[in-house]
Amino acid sequence: MAREEKCIYLDNNATTPTDPRVLDAMLPYFHTMPGNPSSIHAAGRKARQAVDSARGRVSALLGCRSDEIYFTSGGTESDNIAIKGTCFAQEERKKIITSSIEHHAVLTVCEYMQKFGYELVKVPVDRHGIVDLDFLNRAVDDHTLLVSIMHANNETGTIEPIQKIIEITRRHGAIFHTDAVQTVGKIPIDTNALMVDMLSLSGHKFYGPKGIGALYVRRGIRFDPLAHGGHHERSKRAGTENVPGIIGLGEACAIALNEMTAEELRLKALRDRLWQSIWEKIPKVSLNGHPTERLSGTLNFSVEYVEGESMLLKLDLEGICASSGSACTSGSLEASHVLVAMGIPHALAHGSLRFSLGRFNTEKDTDAVINVLPGIVEKLREISPLYQR
Amino acid sequence: MQYSQKVMDHFMNPRNVGEIENPDGIGTCGNPVCGDLMTFHIKVEPHSDDLNAARISQIRFKTFGCGAAIAVASMASEMAQGKTLSEVIQMSRDDVANSLDGLPPIKMHCSNIGVQAIQEAIKDYLKRIGRQDLAVKVKGCPKESH
Repeated sequence: MAREEKCIYLDNNATTPTDPRVLDAMLPYFHTMPGNPSSIHAAGRKARQAVDSARGRVSALLGCRSDEIYFTSGGTESDNIAIKGTCFAQEERKKIITSSIEHHAVLTVCEYMQKFGYELVKVPVDRHGIVDLDFLNRAVDDHTLLVSIMHANNETGTIEPIQKIIEITRRHGAIFHTDAVQTVGKIPIDTNALMVDMLSLSGHKFYGPKGIGALYVRRGIRFDPLAHGGHHERSKRAGTENVPGIIGLGEACAIALNEMTAEELRLKALRDRLWQSIWEKIPKVSLNGHPTERLSGTLNFSVEYVEGESMLLKLDLEGICASSGSACTSGSLEASHVLVAMGIPHALAHGSLRFSLGRFNTEKDTDAVINVLPGIVEKLREISPLYQR
Repeated sequence: MQYSQKVMDHFMNPRNVGEIENPDGIGTCGNPVCGDLMTFHIKVEPHSDDLNAARISQIRFKTFGCGAAIAVASMASEMAQGKTLSEVIQMSRDDVANSLDGLPPIKMHCSNIGVQAIQEAIKDYLKRIGRQDLAVKVKGCPKESH
């Protein structure tokens, strides 16, 4: 379709375009450097070197040792290994604590573990999406195996007070895992300073390729593999390494390490300008997420009297790609569990829009939104039975 | 998920949008909690309690909802326009979905409530003309969607 050519992509929390520099780094590993890192010959040794070097670049971004990084297929697999792997590696502790706003890659896995006799506690959040620390403090006890709470939320961008959460967790000797797919490569993370035990990351959320991710596991934390087989990833994740993907992830990490501080400021200015204009031009809109403790590229808001999917469809026809927490876009009949957990009324959750800005967006893109969105909202409000002029 | 061209056409250019001053019947189905809500206003001519004689002479709707809900309301309004009340009472959700060249499976339940909302308006009309006995026989909107 011709429309694809002029797509203004503002859905970077869903996935990001692969950075051309990442793609360039990967390409040789598809054909001219075909080796399997497990092979003894020159091609294999070259692949092994490249994988080791990429592992070093990932660990440099996280401030950890390279032998604390395990490559996986992405965020979902990393979350699965972190949760199931720690459960299967022990028998003493039988309680898991998570938050009510986790990604399904954590929430569904935790719920699944109830089948194996694990007690599950979901910590509620306040209206900005910050986890209730008092609740957490009361919930964590000496039977708690694992606390898994995301670093930042994908829908709202709200950043959780990880440092405080870890302090509470460590008092009872529980393991702390964080799904950091939305923060790695966007804000500085120092696994050592934070004393985080396990951390999931995903390449395609920060300009790497899809199909590659990693799990950071602090030395000394015990976990069982999910994929058994060969001795890959120190016998913790069997299967021939995704060499091009790993090289791409390493490159994405190296670029992020150099550029993320400046990029964070640029995106924040771009996003705040977009929100300011929307707020001025469209009556009855409200911000979802924390006003300040929020990822700099994420803008989630609700438009009263209008449903999200119909706004997305009209934006799409204007060549703008965004996202919504409406039931229609979740593939279920429920509005976003994140917005509902924050106490946002259902009708407003259905009427939410998310613009997530990224490295390749400019003012031209946000200007396009400002040009078309007020008209789209007005048209839909005209046909809405909830709207009274 | 992909909408048919007909759905997109009705979504982009919905027919019969609005309200009617002094309507003969008003019907609502859906709920903002589940994300879809539609209201229909109808005019009935002649003002008869003979379901085979009385016709929907004018119909207008308003919808809060996804693309499918807007298209469903628009298509249902077109299908009901000019029909006798008994014809509209016999219309089904599938008739509307088929006229739209199908709906994605997930939309069949929640969004496809145009027929029920129009039947609610007919119930309202029958009550207004004192035929409560006929009104209770019209199915209308399922209770959980009120």
